[in-house]
Order: sequence, then C-alpha cells, then structure tokens
Amino acid sequence: MDECVRLDDVGKQYGGQWVFRHVSLTLPTRQTTAIVGPSGCGKTTLLQLINGLVRLDEGDLNVLNAPIPETDLPAFRRKIGYAVQGAGLFPHLTVQQNIDLTARLEGWSESKIRNRVAGLFELMGMDWALGARYPYQLSGGQQQRVGLCRAMMLQPPLLLLDEPFSAIDPITREEIYGHFEALQQQENVSALLVTHDLREAVRLAQFLVFMGDGHILQHGETAKVLESPATESIRRLIETQL
Amino acid sequence: MKHLAITVALLSWLGSVASEPIVVASKNFTESYLLGEMIAQRLEQAGFEVDRRFGLGGTLICYEALVAGEIDVYVEYSGTLEQTILKLGKRTSIDGLDEHLVSRGLALLSPLGFNNTYAIAVRKEVAEERSLERISQLTKYRDLRVVVSHEFLEREDGWPGLRRVYGFDWIPDGIEHGLAYQAIADGSIDVTDAYSTDGELQRYDLRVLADDKAFFPTYLAIPLIRHDLSPLAQAAIEDLAGTLDDSSMAALNASVVFEGEDFASAARNHLGSIGFDIAEERSSGFDNGEGFSKEFDSLIRNTKRHLWLTAIALFTATSVGIVLALAVFQVSWVSRAVLYVAGLLQTIPSIALLALMIPIFGIGMLPAVVALFLYSLLPIIRNSVTALVTVDPVLRRVATAIGLTRYDEIRYVYLPLAMPAILAGVRTAAVISIGTATLAAFIGAGGLGDPIVTGLALNDTSLILQGAIPAAVLAIATELVFEGVERVLVPRHLKVLEEPT
Repeated sequence: MDECVRLDDVGKQYGGQWVFRHVSLTLPTRQTTAIVGPSGCGKTTLLQLINGLVRLDEGDLNVLNAPIPETDLPAFRRKIGYAVQGAGLFPHLTVQQNIDLTARLEGWSESKIRNRVAGLFELMGMDWALGARYPYQLSGGQQQRVGLCRAMMLQPPLLLLDEPFSAIDPITREEIYGHFEALQQQENVSALLVTHDLREAVRLAQFLVFMGDGHILQHGETAKVLESPATESIRRLIETQL
Repeated sequence: MKHLAITVALLSWLGSVASEPIVVASKNFTESYLLGEMIAQRLEQAGFEVDRRFGLGGTLICYEALVAGEIDVYVEYSGTLEQTILKLGKRTSIDGLDEHLVSRGLALLSPLGFNNTYAIAVRKEVAEERSLERISQLTKYRDLRVVVSHEFLEREDGWPGLRRVYGFDWIPDGIEHGLAYQAIADGSIDVTDAYSTDGELQRYDLRVLADDKAFFPTYLAIPLIRHDLSPLAQAAIEDLAGTLDDSSMAALNASVVFEGEDFASAARNHLGSIGFDIAEERSSGFDNGEGFSKEFDSLIRNTKRHLWLTAIALFTATSVGIVLALAVFQVSWVSRAVLYVAGLLQTIPSIALLALMIPIFGIGMLPAVVALFLYSLLPIIRNSVTALVTVDPVLRRVATAIGLTRYDEIRYVYLPLAMPAILAGVRTAAVISIGTATLAAFIGAGGLGDPIVTGLALNDTSLILQGAIPAAVLAIATELVFEGVERVLVPRHLKVLEEPT
C-alpha cells in the first residue's frame, strides 16, 4: 500500500521535556488514520509536525514522499488541508472568502473557483446562500463544514484534522460524519484525524493509532486493533467507550 | 584697500537686504511682543523687509532659533542672558556678556533703557503716609502687611537674598502673583513684589521702592542680534537705544493690556514720540485681533494651517507607526522597547522638544510637524502592537497552516483583524494632535495656537477663544470623520464582540 506520511524514530521536546520520542509510523494513502489518546499525550504536536507548524528535534519525517522543505513552506502547506476544532474561520471574511482565499492567491480563475466551491458546497450539503454570510451568522455545525471546505479547496492529497468535530452536538456530528465520508471518497484524500473520542475514530478511520505516555501504544487496522488490544489500558478504553 | 573691503561688504549686505527679509522675533508675553513690533516697524521704516515671528515659546526657543540663524533679532534681558542662557553665576557687565556671545555668532546692541527686574511695590497711600521711598526703610515699619508671590518667596534672587542683604527678620506669606495686584488694590495687603515694568503698577497706582542696596540683578532689555545682521539694520535698531525708561515701558504695557490697544499702534505711538513717525497704513503691524473681517480671515488662515500641520503629522505617524508595529510585534522585547521609546517621547515637554529640534529643523512648520509626529506615535504604535499580538492564536495557526505567506498573513488576516484597534489608535492620536498643534505657535508655525498664545500674553479671553473654540470644533469634527472611516473599513460585526466562540 502506498504511504503518504512516514515518521522514523521521531522525537519532539519543549524546554528539555520530551513530548514523545522514538515514534515511527506510516500513514497509508487514500485512507483515514485516527490518532487516539488522552489530552496532553502529544497527538496534536504529532499532527503539527506533518505540516511544518512544529519542527522535529530528532528522527526523519517524509511527507508526500519528500522531507519537509526548508524554504517555501507556504507552497508545501497548500498541498495539505488543515481543519481544527471550532473551525477557526476568519471572522472578517465571508464564508465564500474564507473558502477561496488560498485559491485566489494561487491565481485560480473565477470560473474555476466558482465550480470548485459549488462542488464542495454540494458534497457538504450546504445551501448556496451561506456563501455571503459571515462566520458569526452560522451554527457550529455549519462553521465546521465551511472549515472542511476551506481545507479541501485546493484539492490537497493529504488532510489534517485536529479534533474538528468535538465541539458539535451529537446529532449534527453524525450528519457531518456522513458528509466527511462522502468528501473523502470523492476526493480520494488521505486523512489524519486527531481525536480523544474513540467512537468517532472507529466510525471514520480505517486505521487506529493509540498514543500515551509519549509514545505509540498500538497501531493497526481498526478492526484488528479492536479485536486484540495490545495493552490493558487500550482494552479498558474500548470497553468503556464503545 | 580697507575702504574697498568695507564697501564690498556693505554692497553685499545691501544686496541681501533686497532679497532676504529680516526675521524679527519675540517671546510670548506682552512686553516682548511690543518690543518686537517696535524693532520691526523701525526696520520697515528704514526700508527693510521684515518677517515677524512673534510669540515664540520662551527664552530657550528664541535663543536657539537665533543661534541656528532662523531669526535675526529679538529683545533679551541682561539678567536672563547672564543666568539662564550663559549660566555665568556672577554679575557680568554688558560688555562681558557680549564677549561670551561673539563666539556663538551673536551680538548685543545698546540697552533700550528700562530695567525689568523684581521690584517692591507699595500702595500709594501707604507710601505717602509713611514717606516710603527705599526698600531699606521697610525694616522700620513692621506693621505693614507684606505678601509676596510664591516664586519670589523661594528664589535666591527673591526674598531669601533680599532678607539677607536688607536684614529683614520676618518671612512674609505667599500669594499667586496674579492675585497680589488685586489684593494690594483693594487694600488687603500693603507691600508685594512686582516686575518693574508691569502695566499693573500704573493701573493700580503703586509706588516702586528704590533698591538702595542694589540687591536685585539687572534685567536690561537689549536687542540680541546675529553678528552678520546688516550694519544699516543694526543702526536702525540702535535708534531705539535708551528711549524707554521703566515707567514709559510700564505705560505701554498697560495701554495694551488694559486699554485694548493693539501692539502695532502702541509701538507706532512710541516710535512717533521719539521722532520716527510712521504713516498708519504703511505698517503691516502684528495683528492681535482688530475688526471682524480681519478676525475672520485670520480664523480661516489659522484653521487651515492647523489642519495642515495635524494632517501631515498624523499621516506620517500612521504610516510609520503601523509599519513599525508590524515589524516588531512578533518579538516581544523589541516591541516593548519600541513602546518605551514612544512613551519616553511623550514625556518630553513640548518646549524642550522644540528647542532640541531647532538646530536640526529650524523653526516654522517642519519642526512643528516633527514634534506632532513624535507625539502621535505612541497611541498608534501601542494600539497596533496590542491589536496584532492579541489576534486569536487559533486564527494565526490556521493562517500559517493553510499556506499563507508572511505577507499574505499580514495583508489578509492580521491587518484586517487589528484594524478596529489601529483605527482607534489613529483616532486618539488625531484628537491629541489637534490639541497639541497649538504648540506650533511657539516656533512661529502659526495655527490656532497663535491667537491662544497672544491671548494668554494679553490676558484676553476673547482672543484665546478665537483659537480654542475652532480647535474644539476641529476635534469633534475629527471624531465624526473617524466614525465614518470606521463604518467603511470595519465590518459591523467586528466592532463589538458578538460572535459566539
């Protein structure tokens, strides 16, 4: 199976304190991998290594078959979608402007932008009229869908998701899961989802990574991991959350 | 040979007479305006073109402007030269002062006559009743109510020295100088300190006691000039030498302050009395407010000038302030350092700042704009830096993560999000500038400060209001303009934090 991200013996420290160390991991293409773990286990830091928001301190990291470039990080980052908890929409821009900002900077034509945005709106089940609104006029679920549209606008091969669904009510969340799956299949994107919600991870991801105490506890296909948890803590987590 | 040299020099001076006007300056109090106007009229009469720079903000500004060659002549006092300017610390003759000034390219002409020093004034009835004529006699009349100004009570050349030299063994009460005349006029006190040419001495019919032990330093009024002032102009000014004694100067001061005479006609009267008649329409005289249309013209002129000064300073400060804020906001110690410096600038008194700048920028509009620029920086930089560093960290992270370049982040995320606070800073700076721009009058740059400074010198409320009211109106108009700008530049939902988090 092709891989889109490879971490070899990677470590990250802040002020002499290792967040994690000796982490090795590969992410398969066109699949969703979920990293599950308690708060503070370093899963968000791991995610931010991949788009260069955080620099690693040891080990090797390959993203989309190349090391993270030293120069022109913006161009590199445009190949990686990014969605966060609370959506992180720019309050001074309309929904449309939030979504198409990078496409305009890339110099896309008006018609190309219009078609792409229309396609994304349809996939995410959004009303065309939302485009002219400001983020504060949207519900939390709508904001998050806009956040996903923005992340996918440039058709990136890789999508990073940092707990994007955690602040949304359960009913809306289930609806968005459906849209996300449709999006993922349609766009053939590889996704890395960071979440503390095992139920969500199992619902969306084909591969699971359990993190804890600064390293990876278990990594494998979702069904296999659920069948044979590697540690007692994972077994307990599966029992209580599912 | 020597004759030829003198002739050549004279001709070149004559040449410069035609092209360059002589710049006559005054400080910002009545007597100085009057003396400046006399010199200006005498020079005009002698055929020179004159540029009046009156009401400059005090000794320091006048002196620095003269040294820098921005002005050519103003009237200074010997005691001020000795103690404040040259800081000689001992009594020095006029020739002695002149020696110190030569090396700075300056020269003293002959004293005008009067000595504007401290004086001890007594109510006329009291003086006649006790035949009081000399200060030393005061020791005999312990029952007199002596009250002096607070400053006089403290200064070494005031009561402490006077007491030592004359052997007074009591310490009088202190009073505000402005109230002392009122108090002595209504009989509630008998003796106070005064300046020997105050117009009030005549108005309240006070007697000045002779300083029979020569305690008070002399403050002879002497035209102070640049050494290279044309000899013909020097000669014209010298015509005024010795023509004013203490009481005639006091009478002229009184005519302006109490009888509402303008500086130009008071000066013309004196020149006429010493044989230099000037036709009334000939004099372009310094305007201290006469006639409605003249007032209206000067109102328009001052307001325009005021707006112009403020606008240039504000525009520059906004550009520089925002760029500076963008350059430093990400390094917290650098932005703190920049803010400290901007704050420090704010604490420099305007007169000191203007005096410091005269050697670099001279006097007039440029240093006024530079000063306003420096005073405007703080609110703009502070608001900009604060707004930029408080941009939501999630939005900053997203901006980077979606692949914006440094420039695009600033252009599309930081600046628009910081805009409301930046505009608020510019708005504060604008209103402060409108108020502060009155300082332009201290260095001859005009604006609404002109009538205010002159009005303060003359204690003329209506003249002060001619500057103060338009300045207040401008400040309000500025607020309104900025409200409009904000409406255009800031989306309504960003003005108040009404978005759910």
